[in-house]
Amino acid sequence: MDKFTVLTGVAAALPMVNIDTDMIMPKQFLKTIKRTGLGTAAFFDMRYDESEAERPEFILNQAPYRQSKILLAGRNFGCGSSREHAPWGLLDFGFRCMIAPSFADIFYNNCFKNGILCVTLPEEQVEALTAQADGSDFTVDLDKLEITAPDGSVTTFELDPTRRHNMLNGLDDIALTLEHLDKIKTFEAKQQAEQPWLYT
Amino acid sequence: MAQPRTLYDKLWDSHAVHQDAGGGTLIYIDLHLTHEVTTPQAYEGLRLANRRMHRTDKTIAVPDHNVPSTPDRMEKIEDPESRLQLETLKTNSEDFGVEYIPMDDIRQGIVHIIGPEQGLTQPGKTIVCGDSHTATHGAFGALAFGIGTSDVEHTLATQTLSMQKSKNMLVRVDGKLPVGTTSKDLILAIIGRIGTAGGTGHVIEYQGEAFTSLSMEGRMTVCNMTIEGGARAGLIAPDEKTFEYLKGKPRSPKSNAWEAAVAFWKTLKTDDDAKFDKEVIIKAEDIIPHVTWGTSPEDVLPITASVPNPNGMTDPNKKSGTERSLKYMGLEADTPLDGIPVDKVFIGSCTNGRIEDLRAAASVIKGHKVADTVQMLVVPGSGLVKYQAEEEGLDEIFLAAGAEWREPSCSMCLGMNPDILQPGERCASTSNRNFEGRQGRGGRTHLLSPEMAAAAAVTGHLTDVRKVVSQ
Ligand code: SF4
Repeated sequence: MDKFTVLTGVAAALPMVNIDTDMIMPKQFLKTIKRTGLGTAAFFDMRYDESEAERPEFILNQAPYRQSKILLAGRNFGCGSSREHAPWGLLDFGFRCMIAPSFADIFYNNCFKNGILCVTLPEEQVEALTAQADGSDFTVDLDKLEITAPDGSVTTFELDPTRRHNMLNGLDDIALTLEHLDKIKTFEAKQQAEQPWLYT
Repeated sequence: MAQPRTLYDKLWDSHAVHQDAGGGTLIYIDLHLTHEVTTPQAYEGLRLANRRMHRTDKTIAVPDHNVPSTPDRMEKIEDPESRLQLETLKTNSEDFGVEYIPMDDIRQGIVHIIGPEQGLTQPGKTIVCGDSHTATHGAFGALAFGIGTSDVEHTLATQTLSMQKSKNMLVRVDGKLPVGTTSKDLILAIIGRIGTAGGTGHVIEYQGEAFTSLSMEGRMTVCNMTIEGGARAGLIAPDEKTFEYLKGKPRSPKSNAWEAAVAFWKTLKTDDDAKFDKEVIIKAEDIIPHVTWGTSPEDVLPITASVPNPNGMTDPNKKSGTERSLKYMGLEADTPLDGIPVDKVFIGSCTNGRIEDLRAAASVIKGHKVADTVQMLVVPGSGLVKYQAEEEGLDEIFLAAGAEWREPSCSMCLGMNPDILQPGERCASTSNRNFEGRQGRGGRTHLLSPEMAAAAAVTGHLTDVRKVVSQ
């Protein structure tokens, strides 16, 4: 996973509630056996018409939002399925940061596993940032836990310390866990003694 | 005295392997269910990092999402991508030594149907799968939740997951459901009440007579759709019905171990006085058959109601959301739900593809014909469900009514296999999601119970099953 320290880039606003994983990445793209290449499929039905031509009115089809790195969305962003294809598509498009009043649990977790920072902020603060999303650059500083809007105003946010640490250092979760392999084995031995039917 | 704990607290505590300084906990996973859609990149990850599985005896693989529901599926799968994904599951399972149930095995079916059916799903286990409807298994008092592919890889490599503990939420439904109201109506009514984000950050425990009086299959329907209420997992404490269901299943504990297991399972319940962070209390007697009208599972109403009118809604988000839903669904505000014509009826999925669901639909449809304007698909959730249904003659009832009797698959629950809606087509569906395009681009989904779906098939429109049955 790539390190995430300071991100500067354009923010696109999709001020809708309940944007679900089928909207972010429809089922026909779940057949891939690769992680990459899903950027063109992100928000497919909103982005393209029936003949698969771009819909010019959709924000991500407009300059400078084609280069967006930050997405501002409504509450319950990413609800629905566990498909990691949704964050893979967002990442492949170029997004590294999602900002919304709330996120669905599995999607939230999946984003962090792929180096996408999800920032949860109160609705009014998301709206205030959205009002400034005119194509100018925002800066998200994970070390300082701050977002600087184009007008220079600073919004602070909170994040679980483990997630922050792992993102800042680009750590591999599996390698971290394998450092505790002896504890896992001890757990298994104890569980097997107490609940032998789990080990048949 | 020790602090009183919820069932979730107990399941969490008993699986905690290690706690890190930042507040994350390493949770041991007792059962890992895998299917073809969310595993290829996980195995690819293991290969790239030159890692092996920590152990193989707690993982099982079964193809479901891409499997066609037509009888010729063993000879050919038209879509090359589906074929490749299915083959990849088989090769990966073989290469890494994971037990694999092939497509032509009678046990093949939707991953959440086969776990319980094989007795792999047991009280007290932690169960994961790269699929959000893993919540289903909570019906047994197991802590079961969906994970993304990175976590699938993590589980394969370590048999653990690094997690943050959720909060405790109680949903208590007192009293019994009225006649004609099913477990599906119950969970739809709950989602209508709490909303699709109502359970976010929480694990829900369901308590009350409305749940204890349900069969295990009814409980699975409830827990299955917990994710539609935003919670990662749903739980129902195990009881005699749970033990009865599991007794003699192929992978259930045997002989001496059975007694010991049951004795342990009986301890799996919330202590009196345990605190929940959030509580919702509902009366069962008020719940009648429900159906969704919009593009989110929370867009749900009793069948006697009418399509909502966005004019007059004060919340601007709600108003624009409703307008968008109605436009997508091709519905006029204030239209009575009872009477909305449908083109397709789908009975199946991990929500309602079990034997009791098929029996319930058959009992409504028996002696009737599927309306000329409707195509009806009945798709058993597993080969064993199909076999049992055929033993009972349910296939004959569906076929005589003019429905199609298919092979086990996720089928029309999500359009990854050939069963999809065409743009603008309207479907009465027993599945779990009515998102835009879920059943096919431009397709319109109304979620309901198997009984209500059968009634829609007979009349050609959404209707109150209680009227059809009493005729
Ligand atoms: S039946 Fe539907 S919800 Fe269930 S596992 Fe299959 S696709 Fe997912």
